Amino acid sequence: MSQILKITNIEKYYGNRSNLTKAIDGISFDVEEGEFVAIMGASGSGKTTLLNCISTIDRVTSGHIFVAGEDITKLKGNKLNKYRSHELGVIFQDFNLLDTLTAYENIALALSIQNTKVGEISKRVNEVARKLDIQDVLQKYPYQMSGGQKQRVASARAIITNPKLVLADEPTGALDSKSSKMLLESFHYLNTEFKTTILMVTHDAFTASYASRVIFIKDGKIFNEIRKGDQGRKEFFDKIIDVVTLLGGDLNDAL
Amino acid sequence: MMLCKLSLKNIKKSFKDYTIYFFTLILGVAIFYVFNAIDSQTVLLQTKQSTYDIIELMTQTLSAVSVFVSFILGFLIIYASRFLIKRRNKEFAIYMTLGMSKRKISTILFIETIAIGILSLGIGLGVGIILSQLMSLLVANMFEADMTNFAFTFSKSALVKTIIYFGIMYLLVMIFNTIQVSRCKLIDLINSSKKSEKVKIKNPVLCTIVFLMASVILGYCYYRVSVPDGASTLTVDQIGIIIGLGSLSTFLIFWSLSGLILRIVQSIHKVYYKGLNSFILRQISSKINTTVFSMTVICLMLFVTICVLSSSLSIKNSMTANLQELAPADIELTKKRNIPKELQKEYGYTDGQIESSYKTISETLKELKIDEDKYLKDQATIHVYTDSTVTYEATMGENITSMKARYPYLDYTSPEIIVKLSEYNQVAEMFGNETFTLEDDQYMIIGDYESMVMLRNEALELGTPLTIFGKTLTPKYSEVKHGFIEMSSNHITDGIIVVPDSVVTVSDDSPQIEYEYMVANYRANDDKTREEIEEVFANPELNDLYPDVTLDGITKISIYDASVGLGAMITFIGLYLGIIFLISSAAILALKELSESVDNYTRYNMLRRIGATEKQLNKALFKQIAIFFLFPLALAIIHSIFGIKFCIFLLETFGKEQMLASVSMTMIFLILIYGGYFLITYYCSKNIIKEKRV
Repeated sequence: MSQILKITNIEKYYGNRSNLTKAIDGISFDVEEGEFVAIMGASGSGKTTLLNCISTIDRVTSGHIFVAGEDITKLKGNKLNKYRSHELGVIFQDFNLLDTLTAYENIALALSIQNTKVGEISKRVNEVARKLDIQDVLQKYPYQMSGGQKQRVASARAIITNPKLVLADEPTGALDSKSSKMLLESFHYLNTEFKTTILMVTHDAFTASYASRVIFIKDGKIFNEIRKGDQGRKEFFDKIIDVVTLLGGDLNDAL
Repeated sequence: MMLCKLSLKNIKKSFKDYTIYFFTLILGVAIFYVFNAIDSQTVLLQTKQSTYDIIELMTQTLSAVSVFVSFILGFLIIYASRFLIKRRNKEFAIYMTLGMSKRKISTILFIETIAIGILSLGIGLGVGIILSQLMSLLVANMFEADMTNFAFTFSKSALVKTIIYFGIMYLLVMIFNTIQVSRCKLIDLINSSKKSEKVKIKNPVLCTIVFLMASVILGYCYYRVSVPDGASTLTVDQIGIIIGLGSLSTFLIFWSLSGLILRIVQSIHKVYYKGLNSFILRQISSKINTTVFSMTVICLMLFVTICVLSSSLSIKNSMTANLQELAPADIELTKKRNIPKELQKEYGYTDGQIESSYKTISETLKELKIDEDKYLKDQATIHVYTDSTVTYEATMGENITSMKARYPYLDYTSPEIIVKLSEYNQVAEMFGNETFTLEDDQYMIIGDYESMVMLRNEALELGTPLTIFGKTLTPKYSEVKHGFIEMSSNHITDGIIVVPDSVVTVSDDSPQIEYEYMVANYRANDDKTREEIEEVFANPELNDLYPDVTLDGITKISIYDASVGLGAMITFIGLYLGIIFLISSAAILALKELSESVDNYTRYNMLRRIGATEKQLNKALFKQIAIFFLFPLALAIIHSIFGIKFCIFLLETFGKEQMLASVSMTMIFLILIYGGYFLITYYCSKNIIKEKRV
């Protein structure tokens, strides 16, 4: 298996010399192709900053991020946009769907930005809709859909370009438990059936338990890392809870 | 004190949002000042007495127009400030959750309005004073005044007037703001940003039907005003109905198109799913959906602007061009001749007038102690005869029935004007017009008022015979020939029948001689003597000294002065209204676009996150704003094509040769102002959607 994401010793500082905040303080890890990695941490631990740096919404202060061998911290201008549209698929907590477009058009937009041919667009949108079971909402507008449906449409938009890496920022944050479960099942399905590489940020142990590996972050540093291996989701969940207890503090509150 | 600080900081902070508003206010103030300060232009103060009266009239008209303009600007300012308040709902919500009373919020707005008002008045007046110096150039050019004595002018009255008018407008804004704030509910304010847009989908079948219906109505309106025969039969009521129908169908077209365009483009997958097209289209259609009414108003305003500007500029241009042609001689004297005793009661002539009417112009001049030979040269005299049997009814021949049906308002019983060929040729030669020959049994008609000429041509083509003074004549030409016998500033000769001299067998004292005209040039080689002779003839004391003399006259100089003044007046009013209308409509569009900048920011940022390039985003924004601006303009231009046709018909007497030039001038104004607003809107929006790095 090849390496999709390689992060080497990145740092992100905010503020000035007299009042320095180290949001990320020397983090390094790799993600293999076909992995489903969850990053856990309390609010303020730097997990969203990490994701923002990978998705190039934010820039690192030092260190390098390689996606499929390319150093994305050096990208600029149109290359940056090309990276975002071709290599990355991003899923946000608040869905980020355009309220003026239907589900179909929202999904198709990711392709039409890349100037994909029309015939191919409809083929691929229908295909991805089948995978995520959202065929019946394709002609609806965001305001006509439930939160779970919106998030699955957003996921469809993220994976339709066949990105090397799918980033999910608290994807279940705005969903009820039933919708969360359905969405996570979809992620699991995409990961196991289509070898989609997923990097997900969450503070919810249940959400994290769907991943194959969980990386814990505290105060901008990697605190621990556990793998699911052959154990069931239930046991993995218990193991995650153990680490969370070890982490202590506010992550418990988030449970 | 805290409130004051808060308001001023707000203005500073939201200056970006205020740019267009501020810009519009300054422009409004400046233009208001410039047009109200015209009367104090130094160049005008040095013009001749004859022009002075028309300047007086112009100033009065302009100040009347100013009242109308202030209404438009007032509405615009209130509308704009309501927009800006809506944008700040969240800010007010924070104040209110902190426990600030509505009265205090109103006070903040109050202070803001005052600050913006004072600032915009100050800058606007400054700009206005500078612009009004430029205006002097234009004024001088129009009145052909001497520019050597040019001095910096400043009109105190215009300044005071501007301050008062805008002061009232700002006061109204404050009242409206207070009402709006007092109506706000905290829950609405907090939720205002969370409301996700509901996409209203219109029934496409209904849209198509409405669109077709509106197009048919509009087509009918276009047809009625642009077909030459149709246009002249329109009564004021009918024109009102056409305007009403036109406005209604404009509204319906915007209403239906906003639904249809999306449908149509959606069905063309190749276009719709290319790049950001689907996004752009949705943006536009949702915007047009919610602004159908303002779109209609803007479209109509643009339409009026285009018509008013191009007609007024064309009138001015044509008038100047016409003068050379229509007032070729220095003076034309007119005398009412041979008034029969029987008519004395009916028309209230004095005995002296009747007695005087039997004398020729030359005899009368002697009586007035004006030495004809000393002042005049190249005299040509022409008599106008009438024959009570020769009326419109007779000259129209077989066409009369259809003509009466089409033009019920013409007086068909009024007698036609008849002149002798030899006399006509003399005058024509003097005027530089074509001369003619006729056989003993032929007649011809000359004229230059186009719509009457067209009517007469129909009758002439049929070879309609006429019995004049007992002789039957047939037309020599199958069309009316160009010519006139009266000097004027416009084409007003609706038809003169020219007959061979032998036909006119009336005695010198016959009441069939209606008028006598004498065309002449002044015996002068330079402007100074010419002015002196003008004084002799245009002496107002003559009327008081000889009240019974039925002599009248018109001079080249008087036609020239009146026409220049009138032309200038029309131009100024056209410019004034045109510019204000343009600014208002462009400002509304710009504000609409910018007020949604926050929504746009989130939307564009989403696109950025899913990988749209900056170039794609800027292109999308440009297209979105351009289409939004072009949409009402396109329909307005189509309207104007027919509107201007109608204007040409209405203004026919002024001549239409200059229409192309004035339409191009109008386009330049349109591009400058409307295009300027478009560009500012684009750059402001671009700034707003720029990625904000954390």
